[in-house]
Amino acid sequence: MVEESKTPATPPEGAKTGAPTPPSGSEKPAAEVSPPAQPSSGSNVAEKAAVLATSERNPATSPATTTKPPAAPAKPTGPVPEPWTAPLVEKYQHQFGSGLQAQSYLGQNYFIVDRSLIPNFLKLLRDDEQFDYCVDITAVHYPKREKQFDVIWILYSFERNERIRVKTMIADGETLPSSVPIWATGNWLEREVYDMFGIKFEGHPDMKRILLPEGWKGFPLRKDYSILQQDKEWVQINLGIESGQ
Amino acid sequence: MNEIKNDPAALKHELTNLDLETPEKPHLDSNELIINMGPQHPATHGVLRVILKLDGEKVLGTECVIGYLHRGVEKIAENRTYAMFNPYVDRMDYVAAVSNGLGYCLAVEKLLNVEAPARANYIRVILTELNRIASHQLWLGTHALDIGAMTPLFYTFRDREEILKIFEKYCGARLTTHAFRIGGCLYETYAGFEKEVKNFVQFVRPKIDEYEKLLTTNRIWLERTKNVGVISAEDAIALGVTGPVLRASGVKWDLRKAQPYSGYQNFEFEIPTGENGDTYDRYLVRMVEMRQSLRIIEQAVGAIPEGPIMAKVPKVIKPPVGEVYHSIEAPKGELGYFVVSDGSTQPYRVRVRPPSFVNLQALDIMVRGMLVADVVAVIGTLDIVLGEVDR
Repeated sequence: MVEESKTPATPPEGAKTGAPTPPSGSEKPAAEVSPPAQPSSGSNVAEKAAVLATSERNPATSPATTTKPPAAPAKPTGPVPEPWTAPLVEKYQHQFGSGLQAQSYLGQNYFIVDRSLIPNFLKLLRDDEQFDYCVDITAVHYPKREKQFDVIWILYSFERNERIRVKTMIADGETLPSSVPIWATGNWLEREVYDMFGIKFEGHPDMKRILLPEGWKGFPLRKDYSILQQDKEWVQINLGIESGQ
Repeated sequence: MNEIKNDPAALKHELTNLDLETPEKPHLDSNELIINMGPQHPATHGVLRVILKLDGEKVLGTECVIGYLHRGVEKIAENRTYAMFNPYVDRMDYVAAVSNGLGYCLAVEKLLNVEAPARANYIRVILTELNRIASHQLWLGTHALDIGAMTPLFYTFRDREEILKIFEKYCGARLTTHAFRIGGCLYETYAGFEKEVKNFVQFVRPKIDEYEKLLTTNRIWLERTKNVGVISAEDAIALGVTGPVLRASGVKWDLRKAQPYSGYQNFEFEIPTGENGDTYDRYLVRMVEMRQSLRIIEQAVGAIPEGPIMAKVPKVIKPPVGEVYHSIEAPKGELGYFVVSDGSTQPYRVRVRPPSFVNLQALDIMVRGMLVADVVAVIGTLDIVLGEVDR
């Protein structure tokens, strides 16, 4: 299906008339190309497992806790992460060995590194490879995995015009060294990760909540935090109402 | 300060250069004063609370308290389908909703490995650049109003209305447009769209000169913006600041040029940069950006190709397992979406990298040692939207 989508779409009848088209008019071509029938769930599971075997770092290693119709199977095929080869990768793979993997997905390159490499490897990327701009720090929660959290640094280099990601995995309760000494921008970004996931960063100058009020209990972007959940006690004490909803 | 001075420049100089650390120079009663600015304050552009540590008029430090508008957009995304989440992104930076939607659509398209057709790209570029002008006009009006110039507000809102009219005719909404869909555009251009956009370009070009006539050489404006809120290129990069704020510090970097998306490589435009990284340079950079946006619109509107406006996207969007990051040059800086798919109809995780949030972090370094009134100027020049800061 994905390969099919790469080819440019044929001009849909009625979509290009110059006049405003009703929403249904231009939605139609999309409906026509949608898969005629869903593959049986049995074969799909096998294929999904195959995908997982080739790339064990995929988010699919733990199914989402979000509710979704059980009958809907995943895409039968999809691009899988490929090894990323570059002089930069060879240099660090030589240095760090099995603690570091380099992969590429849809042309986007990322490192998966052992937690123990974290402050040093990031520092090397900034000092030796000119990744001087830390775009973002974020996390993803996979509750069924032993190491529940992916923590991701998105880095950019003005020199190279290149964007990479560095990903590490940590268990619940584990901490990470702060990257504020490397990139000042990490300050608020790490606070947000703490606020939403409860991951603490050691050595952070001001490790406290940023978007939620201080004293709030729970970390909303964890998968076991329901979308309707709230800190009832906080709401009652501070807002004087029964519920925020 | 033993004698009253009439020279405001000298007074300002003296106040900003007060040496409060050494007690042998007792200029003022050096008790520290902590005051709250906001969250209900007209100059904070929303519900931003800044805790100011002051010594007299001088700012010793600031702390931003944010989150008053936190709606949990990233959590909502995990509980909606890909298409259902699309309108939510408009509510983050609500003065540049078209850019927000474009960034999200491009990220999901990347995940689906789909590319929008050429015609859709042209429509996207035209609307996004119109939105950039609208966003900058709103910034200019409110920023000038904060500093004390009221006229630009009326001028810019009058002219911004013409852009909103085009949006309304195109997709039915003025602000939260939801103009694009994953895979292209839902709506064809309406009859007379090209003519109206061309007329708008002709209409607004002299208006931008008019704004400049009001401000660029205005003595009060110069006094209030020159050398106010200076940030060096090194600090800006370390703090992850992007957009016009970074460019005003002399870094020639724009994602539309560095990593073009939606066919920006087909258009000729310049990236304006500043030298001093002060409020005045940021003003000039944004003024030039508006003109450059007009240039892009002019090139695009005359060359919209024929063809489909939607790529072949299945009606039920179910991207394969994987994760991508895609970012665009929004009016305020780099707006990125990190989307993780687990192969289901709902995103497993959507992370928004908001330019306003990261840029606001630079407030502290920019106002330290300045006067209290400059805080207002610096909040204005950062061009933050609290809907995006808090999400």
